[in-house]
Formats: sequence, C-alpha cells, structure tokens
Amino acid sequence: MSITSYVENGRPIAFSAVPCLAFDEFQQQIIEAVAQHWRVCSFFGMETANTSGSSHQPLKLIAVLASESEKRLAVLSTQVESSFVSFTPACPQFHMFEREIAEQWGVTPVGHPWLRPARFHAPYRDKMAQWPDLEQKLFHIEGGEAHEVAVGPVHAGVIEPGHFRFQCHGEKVFHLEISLGYQHRGIEKTLPGGPHKKTPYLMETMAGDTTIGHYLAYCQTIEALQATKVPPRAHAIRAVGLELERLANHTGDLGALGGDVGYLPTSSFCGRIRGDFLNMTAIICGSRLGRGLLQPGGVRFDLDTPERLDKLLKAVEQAKTDTNTAIQLLWDSPSVMTRFENTGRVSREACLALGLVGPAARACGVARDVRRDFPTGQYLIEKFPTEPCPESMTGDVAARALIRWHEMHDSLRFLLELLPKLPSGGIAASTKAITACQPDALVVSLVEGWRGEICHTAITDSHGRFATYKVVDPSFHNWIGLGMALRDQEISDFPLCNKSFNLSYCGFDL
Amino acid sequence: MLKVLAARFQQGFRTVGYPDSPPTTPDRLRGLPVIREDLCQKGCQQCAEVCPTDAIVRDKGLQIDLGRCLFCGACAEACPAGAIQFSNDPRLAVSRREDLIIGKTGIKLASEPARQIFGQSIQLRQVSAGGCNGCEVDINVLTTVVFDLSRFGIKIVASPRHSDGLLITGPVTQNMKSATLDTFAAVPTPKLVVAVGTCAISGGIFRDHAEQNNGATGLLPVDLFIPGCPPHPITILDGLLRLIGRIKEP
Repeated sequence: MSITSYVENGRPIAFSAVPCLAFDEFQQQIIEAVAQHWRVCSFFGMETANTSGSSHQPLKLIAVLASESEKRLAVLSTQVESSFVSFTPACPQFHMFEREIAEQWGVTPVGHPWLRPARFHAPYRDKMAQWPDLEQKLFHIEGGEAHEVAVGPVHAGVIEPGHFRFQCHGEKVFHLEISLGYQHRGIEKTLPGGPHKKTPYLMETMAGDTTIGHYLAYCQTIEALQATKVPPRAHAIRAVGLELERLANHTGDLGALGGDVGYLPTSSFCGRIRGDFLNMTAIICGSRLGRGLLQPGGVRFDLDTPERLDKLLKAVEQAKTDTNTAIQLLWDSPSVMTRFENTGRVSREACLALGLVGPAARACGVARDVRRDFPTGQYLIEKFPTEPCPESMTGDVAARALIRWHEMHDSLRFLLELLPKLPSGGIAASTKAITACQPDALVVSLVEGWRGEICHTAITDSHGRFATYKVVDPSFHNWIGLGMALRDQEISDFPLCNKSFNLSYCGFDL
Repeated sequence: MLKVLAARFQQGFRTVGYPDSPPTTPDRLRGLPVIREDLCQKGCQQCAEVCPTDAIVRDKGLQIDLGRCLFCGACAEACPAGAIQFSNDPRLAVSRREDLIIGKTGIKLASEPARQIFGQSIQLRQVSAGGCNGCEVDINVLTTVVFDLSRFGIKIVASPRHSDGLLITGPVTQNMKSATLDTFAAVPTPKLVVAVGTCAISGGIFRDHAEQNNGATGLLPVDLFIPGCPPHPITILDGLLRLIGRIKEP
C-alpha cells in the first residue's frame, strides 16, 4: 500500500500537499488500495491552468479514498487531457463517478462498460463540441420472450421523478436500469467562487430529507477552512438534529415497507410517528426539516428553557414507546417476514465491489459508519453504533429493515441519555466573514446521514474562495445497489426493494 | 392479532383539530411575516442585503414577496429595528401571484373556491418537478392519520386521468419540463394547478439557474399558491381547504 497522502475528516490540508501523480501511477495506487479494501468516497474533475500548451484543456482528477480497517482517508490526484483509462472494469465502484466526469468535462474514461450520461445536462465547458461518444440508449435484452417495462419519470405516489427500465422474462426481472437526472437543478456548477450568500441554502436543499446531514457537512468544511472551534453544546445539539433526522426517516421507511407488503397497522402508525420526529426538530428550530438549525460555528437555536427541553424529552420518550409497539409488529407477523426475507438480496461481495454505503451496506454485513470510523463533533464522545453489524447480515429487505430498527434503538438511547445532560455554554463560535477561508487548501468533510456517507470536498483558490466544491450524496453510491437487488426478482417486488433502499433522486441529481 | 389490537389501543387518536380548532404550530415556526413599516429605518438595506432570494421589495415601503421567500428568517435577524418579524401563523395560501407580495397590511388569503364545478371534492395528481423533496415530505404527511386529507374529500391520485388537477412542487427542471406539461395535458378539463413551495412559485433558491424554469408559474395557469420552503403541512392543508371552499375567511 503506497498511499501516503492522508487527510482527516474535517481538517484542512494545503492543496499543494496532495500528490499529483502520473496517471499510470495514480491508477495503480488506487487499484492496489481498493484490493486492500479501500473504497472511493469521491472522484471528480477540476479545471486547471493549461501550462503545457496542449490543444486540450487539462483536467485534474481528484480521488478521495477511505479505509475503514485503517480508519484513514486519503486524497490523491492526477492530470488528464481528453481521455483516461477507465477504472471501472477493475473497480466497479468508479462506474458512476466516471460517467459524471465524462458528462461534465467531456473527458472519456476509455473502456467504461456502460458510458451513458449520469444526469443529462449541458457540459460544464463552454466550448465542448460534443459528447465523447456517450451511449444514450438504455440497456436492452433481445429475444422473443423478453419484454421491457418502463416506469416514470412521473410515478404513482408522491415521490421524486426517475426513470426505471426493467428487462423481464415473464414476471422475472433480468436487469433494471435506473436513469436519473430529472431533478438536476445545477447546484454544483454555482458553487465555485463561493461561499456566496446563497450557498448555505443550496446546501440545505441538496436533499430536503437530509437537510441537517448535508448542511452539517458544509458547516464542518467552513469551520475547517476558518479554524473555528465549535462549542460543545453546539456539537450536542447538532447530533440531536442529525439523529432526529435519522429517526424520522427510518420510521417512515419501516412504515412504508409495511405498507408495501399490505401490512397496514405499522404503515399507518409509522406515517404518523415520522411526523412526530419531524415535529421534534421543529421544537428546536421551527422547521420540521431542520432548516436553519445549524450555522457555521455552531447552531442558531438553543434548547434554552427547561420547558422546551422537557417538551422535547417527553416527545422522544413517547416516540420510543410508540415506535416499539408499531415497528415490533413487523417482526411478530410471519406474513410480513416471509415477504421481507430473501427478497432483493445484495451479496456482501457485490456490496464491497460497488462501494455501497450506509444502512444498505451494513445490511450486507459491511460495517461502514462515519460516526464510528471517522467521527467528528459529538461522535468523538459517543460510540455509534453500539454494536457493529455482523458479517452474517443477509443483505435482503429483511436485513435493510432490521438494520434501521437497530439504528433507531441506538439513536433513541443516545437522545434520551444526552438531552438531560447537554453541555452548558454557548451555541456558536463568534462568526467570521463568510470570505475569510484558508486559501489553497483542501478539506474532506464526511457525515453519516441517515442514508449513509455524505462526502463534501472543498478546494479553495488563492483568495480563499471555492475553486471546486464537490458533493457526493450516499445515493450516488447506492442506486446501483437497487439495480442489483432486483436481479432475478419478480417485478412486483420492485416497490418493496425500492423502499428498502429509499434513495434520493435530488441528492443524486444535484 | 391481539398484539395489533394492543398496539392500536396504545397509539390512540392522533388526528389534528384543524380546521375546526385553530392551528397548533411550534412557537419557533417561521410563518406569516409581520411587517412594521413604521419601524423601518429609511435608507437601511440590511434585510435586502442578507436575503438569499431577493424576496425583499422596497418599491412601495417595505414588502416581502412570499413567492420568493425561503422563510429563513435572515431578514428578521438582520433588521436593527425589528421591522420584520415572523409569526407562527401557518396560513399563507393565496389565489393570485401578486397577493404573495405582502406589506404592512398583511396577507390576502385565498377565500373563493377555485371553480364551483369541483364542488366539495377534489382529486389531485402530484408532480415532483425538481426541487429537494422537502415539499413532498410535507405533502406525504397529509395522507397520514394526523391530517387525514381524505376526510375532506381531497385525494392524491395515481393517474392524471383520474384527477381534477396537478399539485406541482419544484422549480420545474429542464429535464422535467416536458413530463410536467404532458401530465398537465393528460388531466381532463376543467383542471386546476396548485403550486406548492417557493420553488414551484418562483424557482426558489434555484431561481435563474439555467437548468430550471423558475417554477410552474410561467408555464401553467396556477390557481393556488402555497408558499414556504417547505410549507408546513397545515399551510398546505389550509390552502387545499380554501381551494374547495371549506375555509372561506380571508
């Protein structure tokens, strides 16, 4: 293992300290690292000055890697022109990153097995003549008995838009291709040159159901670049917000899983309890999604009065009782369990090869959790999760349900322990001008959102403005996992499998 | 079975009293702004400077365009005189775009049912057209036992063919534009359009990005505007009840 350019979560390094390797060496180092269970958190292009006089504008490629076993993060870079040798055949977890790079910058990953646009948008480079031979068609199975089912972008429920194309033989799905981009609203393109006054609000709307997760990753980035020390009470309130967000969404998902197998008691109860968790966030900050709860340097709202704290604590206690009776029913009902078990299975090997994150990975027995592996803030003190998931996790819908239920227990216990003994003191460090960021620096900021690892990478220019700000939502890693889960399943199990991942369209599309 | 009944008993009755009793919202909810123009200091632009979406209008005194407002509260924090404050009143739905620009006289809420022809019941098809999924979160909860939308004869339906109109969220991205227009075309006439959330009204925080269309307002005839980022579920419920004539007070 020859990687030596380590970084720490939420700590800046000088950008010049990131090695810029020759492409062959860059690729070899990464492939060797992945063979030793490193994985890719982020892989992106960054425009750089043309010093070689080449006709092609060079593109810097930056890879952020993580190793759970070594508890280390690493960053390395290289420079390419119009193309590079694709990583995907050797390391499938690069597949979507390479599609993204091709679409944004017109740089072709040669040898990519399925090079289609990731989001269907105009290229970032003004003078880019045409797509580098991007395959626009969807995968198609030929044969007299094969048929195709197309779903979306407008779906039957209140749900975000996406297109799903199933290749079927009778009821059996051979292959599901997921084609997104309908939610693409061009956030990342507006971030360089910032932070602007709009930037914090764009961070909160990367994925509305993960407002706190994404905004926390941004706050950590700014605090790193401004060397801000966040007070302990703010760290605690941030963790309360993040765990309430996890609880709300996990509750909603477990209820929806019940609904998708026609088990209405849990579905009905959980729909309501999810709202109760959202209302708890609103007790703190007025917004059910946690809009405006955080700010760089701390939080904007305090649990200032005993009444407010008591109201929140009572609500958490009530929700604990309510979720216990509502959700345990799933495991007490054989008709539910027979539908969950062995449905939508993803093997541990596939999970590792594809670089899945969050509950989807833990359900395959792959213990990845930023709170444990790369902790920041309150998670330096608290142990999350209390017990890492065993390798024997089955990777099916039942496992993805069970892991959520375990995580809810952990989060509830954490809240009930922390709230009565919140650290005293201020809730925010004195704020600095938004522009006062360290120049020529790089920060990697990871947060374990409820869907998994959120990775923000910021690189500043010589004036301390963002030269690049790259966001990776956990859904970016995990959509392919849903595709794999559907293989050899009945098409009627799609809603159940889909809900067991419950991935973000807008977080992917950005 | 006994466990299900025990659980049902434990969960209790949880439906909100609104509209029969006043809305209960968190004390820190940033709802309807209260504008005290008399306190506003001449020449001071601090609220406008901090607003991320240029929602502060200074042409005629001090006004806020709720169709652009994210309800972030930055203006209220910045104002040295306390001329802008956010109340926790969640009722914000209006029937004309210009009614969202509010000043010292407050808001003119939608008080006429949109079209008599729909009577007391309405079926809506939701179209998520960009945005962040936040509005969808707060629409989804309306179908839970807490708000129990169907008790008012309002239903979110799966097909545009079965609907009386569209409930649109998001700034209408370029990639969703044709799907949104096709869905609208598939709704039988007469039909309604409800724009939920600041994105659907004006593009919200994504306004003027090349990849979107600044909301549904410029693309489709909108009958009801429900502002917020995202709107509180009570805000959406109140709006829909005004649409069917169940709530008439201004």
